[in-house]
Amino acid sequence: MPKRVGIEVSLAVSEAVCAADVDVIAAYPVTPQTHIVEHLSELVADGELDAEFVPVESEHSAMSACIGAAAAGARSFTATSAPGLALMHEIVFIAPSLRTPIVMVIANRALSGPISIWNDHSDIMAERDCGWIQTFAENGQEVFDLIIHAFRVAEDPEVLLPVIVNMDGFTLSHVIEPIELLSASEVSQYLKPYKPQMVLDPKEPITMGPVGVPEIYTEARQQAESVLNGSKKVIVRAWKEFAKLYGRSYKPIETYRTKDAEVVLMTMGSVTETAMTAVDRMREKGMEVGLMRFRLWRPFPLEEFRRAVKGIKALAVVDRAISFGAQGGPVCSKVKSALYGAPEQPQVFGFISGLGGRDITVEMFEQMVKKAIRYAKKGKGPLYELVGVRER
Amino acid sequence: MAKVDAITGWRNLEIGCAITEPGSSRKLRTGDWRSQRPVTDRDKCIKCGLCWIYCPDMAYSPVRSGYFKWDGDYCKGCGICAHECPKDAITMVMEGG
Amino acid sequence: MMDAALKDFKKYTRKSLPKVEALAQGHRACQGCGEILALRMALKAMGKNIIVASATGCMEIVTSPYPQTAWQVPWIHVAFENTAAVASGIEAGRKALMRKGRLRKQRTTIVAMAGDGGTADIGIQALSGALERGHDFVYICLDNEAYMNTGIQRSSATPYGAMTTTSPPGKLSIGQQTWKKNVPAIAAAHGIPYVATASPAYYLDLMNKAKKAATIKGPAYLHVYSPCPTGWRLAPERAVEISRLAVRTNIFPLYEVVDGQYILTKKIKKPKPVEEYLKLQGRFRHLDKKTIQEIQERVDREYEALVQKAALTEAEEESTEEAEK
Repeated sequence: MPKRVGIEVSLAVSEAVCAADVDVIAAYPVTPQTHIVEHLSELVADGELDAEFVPVESEHSAMSACIGAAAAGARSFTATSAPGLALMHEIVFIAPSLRTPIVMVIANRALSGPISIWNDHSDIMAERDCGWIQTFAENGQEVFDLIIHAFRVAEDPEVLLPVIVNMDGFTLSHVIEPIELLSASEVSQYLKPYKPQMVLDPKEPITMGPVGVPEIYTEARQQAESVLNGSKKVIVRAWKEFAKLYGRSYKPIETYRTKDAEVVLMTMGSVTETAMTAVDRMREKGMEVGLMRFRLWRPFPLEEFRRAVKGIKALAVVDRAISFGAQGGPVCSKVKSALYGAPEQPQVFGFISGLGGRDITVEMFEQMVKKAIRYAKKGKGPLYELVGVRER
Repeated sequence: MAKVDAITGWRNLEIGCAITEPGSSRKLRTGDWRSQRPVTDRDKCIKCGLCWIYCPDMAYSPVRSGYFKWDGDYCKGCGICAHECPKDAITMVMEGG
Repeated sequence: MMDAALKDFKKYTRKSLPKVEALAQGHRACQGCGEILALRMALKAMGKNIIVASATGCMEIVTSPYPQTAWQVPWIHVAFENTAAVASGIEAGRKALMRKGRLRKQRTTIVAMAGDGGTADIGIQALSGALERGHDFVYICLDNEAYMNTGIQRSSATPYGAMTTTSPPGKLSIGQQTWKKNVPAIAAAHGIPYVATASPAYYLDLMNKAKKAATIKGPAYLHVYSPCPTGWRLAPERAVEISRLAVRTNIFPLYEVVDGQYILTKKIKKPKPVEEYLKLQGRFRHLDKKTIQEIQERVDREYEALVQKAALTEAEEESTEEAEK
């Protein structure tokens, strides 16, 4: 019977990795991910997790070592944040091309410059196109569950792709939440030992990572694209099985009080819970407002999204990153493109907020919604706005 | 698993674009590149094997008689064997006309 | 204080040379490529029970042109600067799997290979990390003294005075303005059990060092002289000759560092003048007498320093130490 404990979310990440019986952890400390790797090295040092902890000398080497370990047939894990993720960027793209099922937790943090250790989504948004499966957690329990789910999906023979689980740095990583920690034996009902399809072994010598001559590069990329898109059904199936075993249900997109909503807020990550509170408050005041959020970011759940917007008149998309020069945040841009050609196209208004750790409060959500309602009535609004920026 | 001989469609690509046929480079006869070839005078040859040892293209292989057989399929005509032969038993000769 | 594994080390001799080839014919290396020759020898020595992680570079490109591969042992290429990290991951992964009973316990040699660029420059961080962490693997640096695969640009292993496209001789330059970075010394500074230099002209020495490196538990670093006729503007047939001259002029001395102690492999009693080495290569064609003299003096000084380090070993060690021939 799993017990619920009050635990810092970062430590719950380590516990999830431990319950998943990982074989290799190759990681480099970076704020605010440090507690994850610290606790993992404790678990290994105390013999609670039988794994090789490789204290690599940079994040670039962390991802490289994970690829080596996965290619050798080992279940591999790493974690990082903004500058570390940016440093391993070259190798991040290579992992899915080699079909290595690595799981990585990102403690989302703002990218420099100026240097910031605080939370926003600019780090992961810079990796939109990398070819990994990407999910976003709202609270500590979700982080734990999504990690277990990630290994299951990554290693599925139809998938064999690496998975990123996003967890907001500080605002989630460093808070203590009540979390039901599944034990290794409970997890083993869901997650079977990794059976690699392609492995480095002298008995069957293969060549991994050959020169992708122009005659084959396109086809190789199509393989990666096709597998990523095809992984959605595996992701959804794995969530359904998770629900059967452990009672917690997850979907690619989830909605909250969107029925009859004039405006629906769109968020990702832990700020969603603040948004829920804001929605409740606004509903009490008689405003018809709801909330929608992506749990699955890549592969983008296009059908689910188009279904979810049916009957909704306006979306207020809240981005937590700027896409410089693109006239809109990354999520808002994706939402607009997902609606192009869709049978139903609500109006979309983009808001960028919560950069570099600045809080998005319930009041700010209310202001955004009020603006969105005004714009919706007019039938137009600004392309996007940076909420709360001081002009002078 | 699908064996890939030539350039293929994406559905037949190995996982991760891996190549599962070891040594398939043999399908390219790099011997076509050369403009000169080594010719060994077996009367001078002392079977020291340096031609085999020093060949970057593995164009020589030891045979039972103790001599070393040259394989024209892969020799690029670099001339190392001729240059290193302690008995000057190997001469480089121009290919063709 | 030698590694126990080395005490009963069985050397290769001309008669006992392994016939196995890890590399297949048909690779796309240039004619007379000294690097693939040296690689071929090292791989022969280590046998087929190996897993190779390769950096981007000449060897990677010429051996893995999709859809063909020259590799007959498991091989992976990820990127340019990270082969030591990839090898670390392979080693750690297999270690964990063996300990957890998911892989049969059998020691397979993990080999990380890279050129001088992927080792001394962009790859030095990953190399240092892997050496410091003490992974059980062999790192082979195939040193052709420039970034040859991308068209002969300089590296920190490019010798003083050499012409490369990014250290071209000109009105204001003699070519490479800095002395070759001493990577074996950097490797030795990590306190690893085994470091060695090798040259393909001395094939038995090279193969025995490769075998030793594979036998030793822990990190082993091999720095292998790899002549590039294309980049050095050298007649292809002279690839082995230049590898011999490099040693005979003391430009590339052969030695080992076993548990921190230097052992000269070959004591050159009458070194040849460096000019004999330089004049065979177009990349040094522009050098004037003054620069050649500078090179000669520095080569002599460095060799003397090496001899002193080795003398320390001889002074400390009593009788049973054999200088490897």
